[in-house]
Amino acid sequence: MADRALTRLAAHEMAGRLRAGEVSARELAAAHLDEAEAGNGALNAWLVIDRSGALAAADEADARLAAARADGPAGLAALHPLCGVPVGLKDLVTVRGGQCTAGSRILAGYVAPFDAHITERLHEAGAVILGKLNMDEFAMGSSTEHSAYGPTANPWDLGRVPGGSSGGSAAAVAAHHVPLAIGTDTGGSVRQPAALCGIVGLKPTYGRVSRYGIVAFASSLDQVGPLGRDTRDAALLLHAVAGRDERDSTSAPIAVPGELLTLPASDDEAAGALKGVRLGLPREYFVAGMEPGVEARVREAVGALEAAGAEIVDVSLPHADYALAAYYIVAPAEASANLARYDGIRYGHAVRDGDILANYLATRGTGFGAEVKRRIMLGTYALSAGYYDAYYVKAQKVRTLIKGDFDAVFGAGIDALVAPTSPSVAWPLGARMDDPVAMYLSDVCTLPVNMAGLPGISVPCGLSDGLPVGLQLIGPAWSEARLFALARAYEGITAVAAWRGMEPPGLATASDPAGPIPALRAAALAGGH
Amino acid sequence: MGTLSRADVEHVAHLARLGLTGEELTRLEGQLNHILDQYEILARLDTDAIPPTAQTIELENILRDDVARPSLTVDEALANAPAREGDHVVVPAILGGE
Repeated sequence: MADRALTRLAAHEMAGRLRAGEVSARELAAAHLDEAEAGNGALNAWLVIDRSGALAAADEADARLAAARADGPAGLAALHPLCGVPVGLKDLVTVRGGQCTAGSRILAGYVAPFDAHITERLHEAGAVILGKLNMDEFAMGSSTEHSAYGPTANPWDLGRVPGGSSGGSAAAVAAHHVPLAIGTDTGGSVRQPAALCGIVGLKPTYGRVSRYGIVAFASSLDQVGPLGRDTRDAALLLHAVAGRDERDSTSAPIAVPGELLTLPASDDEAAGALKGVRLGLPREYFVAGMEPGVEARVREAVGALEAAGAEIVDVSLPHADYALAAYYIVAPAEASANLARYDGIRYGHAVRDGDILANYLATRGTGFGAEVKRRIMLGTYALSAGYYDAYYVKAQKVRTLIKGDFDAVFGAGIDALVAPTSPSVAWPLGARMDDPVAMYLSDVCTLPVNMAGLPGISVPCGLSDGLPVGLQLIGPAWSEARLFALARAYEGITAVAAWRGMEPPGLATASDPAGPIPALRAAALAGGH
Repeated sequence: MGTLSRADVEHVAHLARLGLTGEELTRLEGQLNHILDQYEILARLDTDAIPPTAQTIELENILRDDVARPSLTVDEALANAPAREGDHVVVPAILGGE
């Protein structure tokens, strides 16, 4: 088999071939490293491609696979399916001895002294970490343009954004640099880039995955989620990282569902999950300003689900219109507190400019980018004396109403909600950079889910003007296995659609110096930030 | 709710310990006021009787035994410090004097 063909396999197919001894983890790692190194100049999806570390991890995985094969079926059954499978990490997950910039200049040069919980879990599973992926600085953004290391391009059109903040993760998976990647989702940062890059992304229930070793943005909202090219792959990655960790007191002592490992291989069998299911269509999510092509694809998907046996029920989430404003108080407020730790004293970027106050001002003023400063300012204001009740407490009360809307719908027997993931397809690089409110609106369909702590998944549902559209399914707390089963069913009923399995057309030209990314990256590194 | 003056923006920047240029302060004054305008929608909701939500997933306090266990060594903990002297991080004097 030619190396490039290895990068076109699904992770679950790689798992099967690894176990059968038909391919080695080293061959898989090498093929993906080659693909990533060749394509990264045009995409800037990776901040680190760790060839030596990945090959060493692949050799360890090959040794484990060989030992398990020698032990027979029981030995193989004891291995996690991701043993030997390449994975990428958003660059806010610590890996001992490696960089962890969170896309920020203020963490340039920082070397992580410990592994995140999910890094430990991936090591235990035998997954092969290829490197670290680009992101909006501190996960604040919807386009990956707010990275101190330059923007990432969308593999479907190198002149467009991949979404964000996990844009590097989504672009690398869509471009076949890696079959699976970890992202984080505070207001849509896994689901929205997954939608814009034509892949699957899940934001788990708050508390499902430990955040120990993940750079914090907004602690009551942040969750870690998987991105993959299909539902079965993404479910395997969630299974590998989910579960209680006593070092994150918000991680919940709730069992990780075994069904994540056994989603149906057969499209017909998968479609059976739709029989008798009640899906709610929240009218508030079909927002003014949604692109007609996006609405058309989502409504076609709803029609397909109904034709396959699901009951579609019109529902209302009456406080949805207030979620954007409430989110943009809560998230910046928590961010301003979390980012107070970047003081240039114990680690990270440091400017010595006189007394300690002058050092703080200079370190933070030069270390943070424009969007992070904007959010710190908003959050500091919302928490300041005289405004705390008017803004922060008010937003937390509205949050109660938003959560109550979801509780009422699920309490009335709706199994899951169906909605768009993003009101638009990927937009041109730079188009929203001077208008923060327009940028914030791109998360209007995803951030209510974070405010309520619920799980949501985005799956591809077709193209509009040649660019991917995402369908979002939202469920009650701890319903990830159900969401994956429903999303897998949707894959099953659309398995023969023309857009399934399409290569992103930007890949045909994704080699240096194609597209605007190399120049934008050079400008960012030179300080034009 | 509020409108931010230039002086307010400077005050918030000081509270946040952000050293901003004059150009940044000017740009932020416009942008922050535009964003604050979007918050006006919240005033339409009567929330007097609504309790605030800070934590969405109901978890009881989770306690563990207070047992010492391995942690980072001093060298590991100090390896990222911009300035170090022996087992200490070097910071500017904060109490005046020399």
